[in-house]
Amino acid sequence: MIWDFEFTLEVMPDFLRGLWVTVQATVFGYLIALALGLVIAMVRRIPVLGTIVHVVMEFIRTTPLLVQLVFVFALVPAGFSPLMVGIIVLGVHYAAYTAEVYRSGIEGVAVGQWEAARALSLPARRTWGAIVLPQAIRKVIPALGNYLIAMFKDTPLLFAITVVELLATAQQVGQASFKIVEAFTLVGFLFLLVSIPSAIIIRRLERRYAAV
Amino acid sequence: MDFLIEQLPRYLDGALITVQLTAGGSALAFVLAMVFGILGSMKHWLPRAVATVYVEVFRGIAALVLMFWMAYALPLVSGYKLDDTFAAIVALGINLGAYGAEVVRAAVNAVPKAQVEACVALNMSWFQRTRLVVLPQAWAQMLPTFGNLVIELMKATAVAYLIGVADLTAVAQQIRSATGETVLAFTGALILYYLIAQVLIFGMRLLERRANRKLGRIPPGGTGLLALLRPPSVGTKVGVAK
Amino acid sequence: MPPSDTPTNARPQGGGAGAGGGPLIVFDQVVKRFGDLTVLDHLDFSVDPGERVTLIGPSGSGKTTILRLLMTLEKVTEGVIRVGGEPFSHMPRGGSGGLVPAGESYLRERRKRIGMVFQQFNLFPNMTVRQNVIEAPVHVLGIPKEEANAKAEQLLDLVGLADKVDAHPTQLSGGQQQRVAIARALAMSPEILLLDEVTSALDPELVAGVLDVLREVAESTDITMLCVTHEMGFARDVSHRVLMFDQGQIAEEGTPDQIFGDPQEERTRSFLRSVLDNGV
Repeated sequence: MIWDFEFTLEVMPDFLRGLWVTVQATVFGYLIALALGLVIAMVRRIPVLGTIVHVVMEFIRTTPLLVQLVFVFALVPAGFSPLMVGIIVLGVHYAAYTAEVYRSGIEGVAVGQWEAARALSLPARRTWGAIVLPQAIRKVIPALGNYLIAMFKDTPLLFAITVVELLATAQQVGQASFKIVEAFTLVGFLFLLVSIPSAIIIRRLERRYAAV
Repeated sequence: MDFLIEQLPRYLDGALITVQLTAGGSALAFVLAMVFGILGSMKHWLPRAVATVYVEVFRGIAALVLMFWMAYALPLVSGYKLDDTFAAIVALGINLGAYGAEVVRAAVNAVPKAQVEACVALNMSWFQRTRLVVLPQAWAQMLPTFGNLVIELMKATAVAYLIGVADLTAVAQQIRSATGETVLAFTGALILYYLIAQVLIFGMRLLERRANRKLGRIPPGGTGLLALLRPPSVGTKVGVAK
Repeated sequence: MPPSDTPTNARPQGGGAGAGGGPLIVFDQVVKRFGDLTVLDHLDFSVDPGERVTLIGPSGSGKTTILRLLMTLEKVTEGVIRVGGEPFSHMPRGGSGGLVPAGESYLRERRKRIGMVFQQFNLFPNMTVRQNVIEAPVHVLGIPKEEANAKAEQLLDLVGLADKVDAHPTQLSGGQQQRVAIARALAMSPEILLLDEVTSALDPELVAGVLDVLREVAESTDITMLCVTHEMGFARDVSHRVLMFDQGQIAEEGTPDQIFGDPQEERTRSFLRSVLDNGV
């Protein structure tokens, strides 16, 4: 078979539109994961509530994102934007992971730091906000960055809830034009085009923060 | 509850397929991870370059995209139509194998250099020292991350339903459209996924414990079987996209 | 300083291991650099078959590097090392008579003659004591397992650990681990045994046990030993010759009595003083 370059150029605008949806889902989902994960990591230190949250998060982490997506999408009333549902589910799913990352960062802060804060009678808010979190988060930045890439690679799952992202675009275009090989190969290339440079950036981040 | 019990046989059929996908995908991923991980730890640039290309390309492409390509594009390129289940296993194995290769490479490189020097002093060949000394020691370090990857792979099998494999997710969809019980249909599937994951986690901990014992390390938190059930959580997706 | 000028009265005579009765190990103008740092600077020396030589000197003077070069853990930068008359660091290039850096299979053939005991023991944690000792004889030399086992038990008996054959290295004290490492090296029946600060990582009370084993090995075999150590008493008892290193060259050499009793060089005197002051 011969690669059809004309076709490639022709469908590029469609693909870029799909990629744009993919990027939106990734960025907004990631913001939710970053914020919610931090809250969960802090809540987990509360005795009973923490255990309950932990079990729920473990459940979310050990069951497929795809099923969670389809499940929630089936539950929400019709007319709700599929992209919105996708962003929220992605965000919550990944919050279960980022919470673990934050937790390891928080546990990595020396006990002496907590004790020093107590010795100064700092209120809880200052202890967390000024002492613990700045140290904890700095250490886990590369690990958090990895989840951005992981999440980007999970966005094709939104295809299952009718979001027209990159993969769905490829399927539509491929079926309409009978250029299935080109369509799906192009998706693969576009994914690499984003994920390899981001992996390089993460590795830089790692090197920069590893010394701390 | 009655509903779930009534539908249990169908769920179990789907769960069996999910387990098959997980087992097949893990086996392929393991072989690929070992081969490319060891290549990646070698001194010569050529095997390292081969390993880097494999890892970066197949980590960079989502398993679902790879699966679609296998299921829909490959038949057109090659003229052969893969069985859907087989295509799913190959896609999952290649994808997770790329993550695993990084784990193997890191574990092999983490074996102290002094151990390799001791092998040289005993005049072992590269092959002998890799088989007899380096891999057995790296093994204990690979296992925890392998455990996380197996869970990731098990979860990723759900996407096989999108190319028409009748796995647990597909069964949940069928039950849902047949009965209209959305919440129950999916809850049943999620619980089964959760149970499969717990069995996998338990199995991986058994392996870890055995590996640590072989290295003469005493497992933390007691030695009884019950100690394995205690939750040091599934942890983070270690190695993802590193 | 060419080796022929050195006092040789303490060396054992003969010993057929070297080609034509010549020296077993020869360093010929050996240079070793790590980046800009010159560790060995045009070093010449030789060791006769059956001779036991102790290398002393301040840290960073290149003693350990000599052992590591002999074990092929490092590559020489310039010069040639010969073992038994054959080039060791290099191999003859086909026809032209020149030498090229040795390839892996050439090295494996010649490395058989040499064994090494490390400062940090380097036992294999994934194997029991017995497996540590028989692993290389079985897989590298191809000795049948029963034979290797019998020899292992004999050697472990020699080092006083016959009751620990099935223990894991992590269950042993440092001194016991080091004695297993000695048995492991001897199990390969090397002609040359390299000892790299074998007691430096040990608690003081465990040192004597390891040194006793080495004395026993020295007395009961004609194995050639190169020994880097700070244990001056041991060096005096066991070695035929002592080489004092400083800045990558031999500062002084002689019999233990000469070096320890009547050192000629100020560098040697100050080094010995510092070692004795530290009570090492």
